[in-house]
Amino acid sequence: MSHHRLIVRSQEKRKCFCFVLPYSFSFCHRTMKILVAVKRVVDYAVKIRVKPDKTGVDTQNVKMSMNPFCEIALEEALRIKEAGFAKEVVAVSIGPSQCVDTLRTGLAMGADRGIHVEANSSFLPLTIAKILRSLAEVENPGLIFLGKQAIDDDCNQTGQMVAALLGWPQATFASKVVLDNDKHVATVDREVDGGLETLSVDLPAVITTDLRLNQPRYATLPNIMKAKSKPIKKMTLEDLKVDIKSDIEIVEVTEPPKRKSGVIVSSVDELIDKLKNEAHVV
Amino acid sequence: MTRAVLLRALTKNKFVASNIPRSLSVTNLSRCISTLILAEHESGSIKAQTVSTVVAAGSLGESSTISLLLAGSGSSLHEAAAQAASCHPSVSEVLVADSDKFEYPLAEPWAKLVDFVRQRGEYSHILASSSSFGKNILPRVAALLDVSPITDVVKILGSNEFIRPIYAGNALCTVRYTGSGPCMLTIRSTSFPVTPISADSQSKKATISQIDLSKFKEDSVSRSRYVGQSTQDTERPDLGSARVVITGGRALKSVENFKMIEKLAEKLGGAVGATRAAVDAGYVPNDLQVGQTGKIVAPELYMAFGVSGAIQHLAGIKDSKVIVAVNKDADAPIFQVADYGLVGDLFEVIPELLEKLPEKK
Repeated sequence: MSHHRLIVRSQEKRKCFCFVLPYSFSFCHRTMKILVAVKRVVDYAVKIRVKPDKTGVDTQNVKMSMNPFCEIALEEALRIKEAGFAKEVVAVSIGPSQCVDTLRTGLAMGADRGIHVEANSSFLPLTIAKILRSLAEVENPGLIFLGKQAIDDDCNQTGQMVAALLGWPQATFASKVVLDNDKHVATVDREVDGGLETLSVDLPAVITTDLRLNQPRYATLPNIMKAKSKPIKKMTLEDLKVDIKSDIEIVEVTEPPKRKSGVIVSSVDELIDKLKNEAHVV
Repeated sequence: MTRAVLLRALTKNKFVASNIPRSLSVTNLSRCISTLILAEHESGSIKAQTVSTVVAAGSLGESSTISLLLAGSGSSLHEAAAQAASCHPSVSEVLVADSDKFEYPLAEPWAKLVDFVRQRGEYSHILASSSSFGKNILPRVAALLDVSPITDVVKILGSNEFIRPIYAGNALCTVRYTGSGPCMLTIRSTSFPVTPISADSQSKKATISQIDLSKFKEDSVSRSRYVGQSTQDTERPDLGSARVVITGGRALKSVENFKMIEKLAEKLGGAVGATRAAVDAGYVPNDLQVGQTGKIVAPELYMAFGVSGAIQHLAGIKDSKVIVAVNKDADAPIFQVADYGLVGDLFEVIPELLEKLPEKK
C-alpha cells in the first residue's frame, strides 16, 4: 500500500518535471553552463628535446602548463559568466593525475568546478572528443569552449570533432564572441585566411578560440587559495563508456633537419651582393 | 629433431601462406588508391593550395585516381570547375555540388556533403589543404566517419605513412594510419610545390560531373548562418604562396613605419608578413601573421626586419630557402636560422635596401 503510494507520487513528480522543462528552457541563459576543455602540455617557452630512442619528446622533469589556447577558452567562458550570461563554468581535463594541477589553475582563474577524467595513456583527438561528448550528455552545457589547437600535437581537431559527434554547430578560430541569450545565438568572428568571417550559431554550440580572442587573467593569491576548496570530480573512462580508438600509430619522432649555419654580413652592399651572386634570389 | 624440423616447416608454411594474401592485398590497395580532395575555390578559380594538395595526392601511390570536389553555387562555381578540370594532369574527375546550401563554407553542410559524396564512391583517401577552410571542415567529416585524421602532412612516405610536424615544428612525427575507414589528411601546401605543367599535358581535361543532391539530407533547420566577411584587399601576392616574403616585427614601432616593409615587398614583388607582436600592436591585420598560429610560409627569400625569432614564429618560416635577418640585437635567436644576418638599425637598412636593390617585376 505505502509502496503503491510512493510510486504514484514519483510518477506525479515526473509529470510535474515535464511541465517544468520548457519553462526552465526559456530561461536557459540564467542557468546556462559552459564546459571548457583544458589540456596540460609542455610549457610554450620550453625548448623541447626529442628522445634519443625516437619514441617521442622528453616530458620528464619539464615544465608543464595549461595549453595557451585553453587559457583563452577559459578566460572567455569566465567573461561570459561575469557578464551574466552563464551560471557556471566547468573545466575538464583528460589525462594523468597531474592534470589536477592544470584544473586547479583553471579554478584559480575562476572556474566553478573541475572534472578530471583520469587516463594514463595519451589519446588521439577523436577519443578525447568522444569523452567530451559523453560529458556534454551528462552536464548539458549550452556552450563548449576549447582552444583551437594544443601546442604539443598541433592537431587542431578536437573541437570540430566534438561538434560533429554532438551534431552541434561549430565556430572555430574565434577572435570575438557575442552572445544573444534571448535568441540562443552566438555571433562569432573567425580568423580565416584572408581576413575575418562572421558566423552566427544556435546554442548549444562548440567554439574554439584563437590567440586574439582575449588576454587571459592571472590567478591572484586569494583566488589560488580559494581554488583549493573548489570541487574536482574524478571520473574514469569506464564511467563514461567511451571506446578508445587508436587508428594512428606513431612510427618515430625525430628532430627536424638543421639549417646550415649562416653568415653575418657587415653592410647592406654586402647583403645585396650575397643575395644576387651567391643565393641568386634577387 | 624431426618434430622441430616439422614445426619449423609448418610455421614457415604458415608464414608463407599468411604472407601471400597480405602481399596481394597490399598491391591491391596500392592499385585502388582513390582520393577525394575537398577543393577550395574563389571568384571562379581554384586556389593554389588545392593544386598543391593534388600534387600530394599524386604521391600516395603509383596508379591512383584523384577526384576534386567543388561545392558552391552560381556561375563562379562552374568557372572554377572548368579550371579545376585542367589544373593538373593527375586530376581524373571533377565533382560539382551546386546548391545554395554551399554558398558559404559552413562546416556543418560541407562536412555532410563530403560524407555524402564518400558514400557514392569508394575512396581510400580524403584530402584537404591545411588552410583555415580545410582545418575547419575535415576533422568534422572524420568524426562523422569515426576516423582519426592527420593534420599538416609535410611528407608522404607511402599510402598510409606520413610525416607531420609537432611542437611548433621542433619535432617531426612519422605516423602510420591503421584504421579501416578512408585515410584523411590535411596537406601543408608549401611542402608540395606545384611544378610548371608542360603544354601538351595541360590540354588533358578531366571529366566534370554534377552531383545529384536530391538525396542529400541536411538538418531541416540550419543551425549556423554566414553573416559576413571582411577581407583585406591587396594587390600583392598571397602570403602563403609568395616567392618573396618581407616580414616586420614589433621594432617597426608604428603603422606608418610598417609602410617601409610594404614598399620593400612591392619592390621585390613579394608579400608582407608580420610577427604576432606586430599584429597585436595593431600595425597590420592579423591575416598577415606568420608563425605556428598564423601562416606557414616557404618562400625562396624570406627577409625579417626587427624580428627576434620566437619559437612560434620560426615554426612558420623554417622551410624558406633563404632567410635574411636584420636586427639591432646581435643575440636575437633569428640569427641562428638566418642564412644572411645583418646587425643594424632597420630604419637605416630598409631605406638603403630600397635604394640599392635592383628593380623587379
